[in-house]
Amino acid sequence: MNQPATGPAPVLALKDVSKSFGAVRALRDVSLQLFPGEAHALAGENGAGKSTLIKTLAGVHRPDAGEVVLDGEAVVFHGPADARDAGIAVIYQEPTLFPDLSIAENIFMGRQPRRALGRIDRRAVRDTTAALMKRLGVELDPDRPARGLSIADQQIVEIAKALSFDARVLIMDEPTAALTGSETARLFSVVRTLKAEGAAILFISHRLEEIFALCQRVTTLRDGRWISSEPLAGLTEDDLVRSMVGRDLGELYPKQSAEVGEIALSVRRLTREGVFRDISFEVRRGEIVALAGLVGAGRSEVAQAVFGVDRADAGEVVVDGRTLPAGSPTAAMDAGLALVPEDRRQRGLVMDMSIERNIALTGLDRLGRGGMVRRVLERGRAADWAVRLQLKYNRLADPVGVLSGGNQQKVVLAKWLATEPAVLIVDEPTRGIDVGTKAEVHRLLSSLAAEGLAVLMISSDLPEVLGMADRVLVMHEGRLTAEIPRAEATEESVMAAATGRNERAAA
Amino acid sequence: MTTLMDKPTTSTKDDGSARSLVDAVFRAREISIAGALALLVLGTWIANPRFLDDQGVKDLLLNASILVLLAVGQSVVVVTRNIDLSVGSVVGLSAFACGKFVAGTDHGVLTVMLLGIALGVVCGLVSGALVSFGKVPALVVTLGMLYIIQGLDYWWAQGEQISANDVPDPVLGLGSGSVLGIPYLPLIALALLAATAYYLRGYRSGRELYAIGSNPEAARLAGVPIRRRILGAYAFSGAVAGFAGALWLARFGTVVADNAHGWELTVVSAVVVGGVAITGGTGTVWGAALGALLLTTIGSALVVLKVDSFWQGAITGALLLAAITVDRIVSLRMTAALRKRSARHGNGA
Repeated sequence: MNQPATGPAPVLALKDVSKSFGAVRALRDVSLQLFPGEAHALAGENGAGKSTLIKTLAGVHRPDAGEVVLDGEAVVFHGPADARDAGIAVIYQEPTLFPDLSIAENIFMGRQPRRALGRIDRRAVRDTTAALMKRLGVELDPDRPARGLSIADQQIVEIAKALSFDARVLIMDEPTAALTGSETARLFSVVRTLKAEGAAILFISHRLEEIFALCQRVTTLRDGRWISSEPLAGLTEDDLVRSMVGRDLGELYPKQSAEVGEIALSVRRLTREGVFRDISFEVRRGEIVALAGLVGAGRSEVAQAVFGVDRADAGEVVVDGRTLPAGSPTAAMDAGLALVPEDRRQRGLVMDMSIERNIALTGLDRLGRGGMVRRVLERGRAADWAVRLQLKYNRLADPVGVLSGGNQQKVVLAKWLATEPAVLIVDEPTRGIDVGTKAEVHRLLSSLAAEGLAVLMISSDLPEVLGMADRVLVMHEGRLTAEIPRAEATEESVMAAATGRNERAAA
Repeated sequence: MTTLMDKPTTSTKDDGSARSLVDAVFRAREISIAGALALLVLGTWIANPRFLDDQGVKDLLLNASILVLLAVGQSVVVVTRNIDLSVGSVVGLSAFACGKFVAGTDHGVLTVMLLGIALGVVCGLVSGALVSFGKVPALVVTLGMLYIIQGLDYWWAQGEQISANDVPDPVLGLGSGSVLGIPYLPLIALALLAATAYYLRGYRSGRELYAIGSNPEAARLAGVPIRRRILGAYAFSGAVAGFAGALWLARFGTVVADNAHGWELTVVSAVVVGGVAITGGTGTVWGAALGALLLTTIGSALVVLKVDSFWQGAITGALLLAAITVDRIVSLRMTAALRKRSARHGNGA
C-alpha cells in the first residue's frame, strides 16, 4: 500500500490480517498503518469490519492470519492487557465502566500506583484522577461511583483512562456518537493535543465532516475487505461515501413510493419520567417513518412504551382508532402492533430453538386448538415465511443460532409479520448485518409499506434513515426535537436536531 | 433494620458530594446491622440477665466465630458475582479428616490447621477451575461439589465418630483456651477478617475482584486476569472452609461425618444480610461478618428466650428477604439520586 516515501515509521500496523467468526469472514487480508502524530480515519459501513479491526489492535481478538506489527516488529497480544502495556488505548463505542466502583478506580483498574508492599496508593489514584479531570476541563468527583453517569461523562472517563497511561496509540470507536456539539469540540481539542505530542490516532465516525476536521489519512473497509488507504487532502465527502458503499445508494435503499393511507398509529403526549417526555407523532398506512437520534436519546424506550413493554407514565397510544391499555404487550399485539427489538440475540429470538419454533412463537394459539400446537401448521407457517423473505437456511429444524446475523433478523421479521400487523415497529433493523442482506431487508420493508403496512423504523444509521424514510422524527435527550419530511432530510438537518443544535440556535 | 437506613446522613466533611452519599449508604448498612444486633442483645439481656454473663458472652463469640470465618471466605467469592455452596461440606470433610489424622497421636496444632487448610484449598481449586476455566455456572458446580464432598465424607466415615478423648489436648486447647479472657477462636476470626478487609481494599488483585463482579466485560477489556482471580477467590474460600473445619474439631472435639451440614445456606444468608450484593461488585467483609454475628446471635437469643428453634429459620429467611429488598430499593434510589446530581452538574456547567 502507499506508504509515504519519507516520514516516520508506523507505530502500529496490521499486515494482511484475516479474522473469521464461524462462517462469517469479518476481516479479509486487511492492512493498516498508524503513524505517530497523525490521525487516521477508519471508514466503512456498519458491518464492514471496523469493530473487529479495532478489537484486533486492542488484543481482544487474535488474527487467524496475518500479523500485528508494533514498532516494526510482529507481536502477538494475548489479551487487552498486552495491548495496553504496548501503549494502545481504546475507547469503545459503548463505554465499559464498573458501575459500582469510583471514577478514579475505573480509570486505574489493574494498574493503580502502588506504595511499599504493593499497597495501592489511594491518594495518588485520587489526585491523578482529579488532575486528569482538570486537564479535560470537566468537574467530576474522582470518588463518585460510575453508576448514573451520562453517556458523555462515561466517555470522558474512558478518555481520562487513555490519557492516564500516556497512550502512544489512541483508538476511538465512534466517540462522538452520543456527544453534543460542545462536548465534541472539547474531545477534539484533547485529541489534537495528544496528536501534537506524537500519539497516533485511529478514529471512527459516521459523521464525515468530523473525519475531515480531525484526520489526515483514511482507510476504507467494505464487507471485511481493505478498499483503500489514502491521504484525506484532495478527497471529497462524495469520494469517501463511494469508496465506503461501493455501489449506488439507490441500490442499497430501494425505496418504493407507496400510497399513504389513513392513520394507523397515533402516539399522544407519551411520557415516561426521566426517560422521555411529551412524545406525539402519527404513522399512516403505507408510510415509513424513521425515528432518528443519538444513542441514549430514548428512541428504543419510546418504542417499548408504545408496545407496552414499559409502562408509560402519561399519554396514550391509539392503533386504528382504538386506545391501547397501558403496559400490555398482549393488547398491543391484538390491536395489530408488532415490535422487532434492537437486540435480536437477547430479545428477538430464542437462540437454541429451531427456526420454525421461533417463527411460531407469536401465534401459538392460532397454530392449534386447546393449547396444543400442531407441528404441521407450525412448519407450514415457517416454510411459507422462509420463502417470502428468501431466508437462507439448511433445515427449518436447525437452531436459529447457526444462521448469519442477517438471516436471524429475517426470522425475527417473519415471526412478527406472521401476526399480520397493521403497524410494524423495527428497532435498528440492519445493525450488524452484511450489506447484501441489508438491501434485502430494506426492499422487504419498502414492499411491506407499499402493501399498506405502517412502519416505524428506529435507526442510528443515517444513510438508512435518509434512504428509507418518508418522514424523519428526531429525538434528543428524551424529547422530540424535529419532524423532517423526506425532501428536506439531510445529514446536516437530522444531526443538528439529534444533537440539540437546532434548539440552541433557536434559543 | 430498614427503618434505620432510609435517611443516609450527608453531614460528613465532603458535604453534598456524591461520595458521601454512597459512603453513607454503605456505612448505614453496617451501622444498621450493628444497631439491630445491639437491640437484640439488649432485649434478650433484659429478659434474661444470664445471657450476658461471662460465659454467655464467651458462648456468643465462640458460636459466631466459625460462621464469621466462612462468611469472610464466601464474601470474596460473592463479590466476583459467583457463589460457593460447597463450604458446608468442606468444613465437614476437613473436620473429620483432621480428627482422623490426630486421633490417638500427638500431632501439633499447626500441622492439623495446615492439613485442614490444604484440604480446603484442593476443594476450592476444583470448584474454581470448573467455574473459571470450564465456564460452568458457579451454582451448579458448587452444588455438585457439595454432594461429592459430602458423599466422600460419608463413605470415608462409615458412621464412625471421633470423640474428644482421641484428640490431643493442645488441639482442644485452641478451641477452649483464651487470652485475657477472650477465647482464641473469635480472635482468629477477627484477625482473618481484618486482613481480608485490608487486602480487598488496598491491593490491586483485591480491587479486581470487585471489578469482575461489577462488570465482567469491562474487566476483560481492562486486562483483568479474570479466570485467575476467580480461581484465587475459590481457593481462598476453600482454604477458609478447610481451616474452619480444623477449628471445628478443636472447638467440639467430637466430630461425625455430617458436621456443618446445611451451613452453606446460612453462610450465604449472612453474607447477603451483611450487604454483599449477590450480583457482585459491592459490599464489605465487615458487613458480612456482622451479618454472621447477627444470625448466630438470633439463634442464641431464641434459645435463651425459650422460643422454639424452628423460628430461627423463619427469622433468618425474613431477614434475608428484607436485606435483598432494601438492597434493591437503595440501589434504585441511589442510581436515581446520582443521575439527578449529574443532571444538575451538567446544567450548571
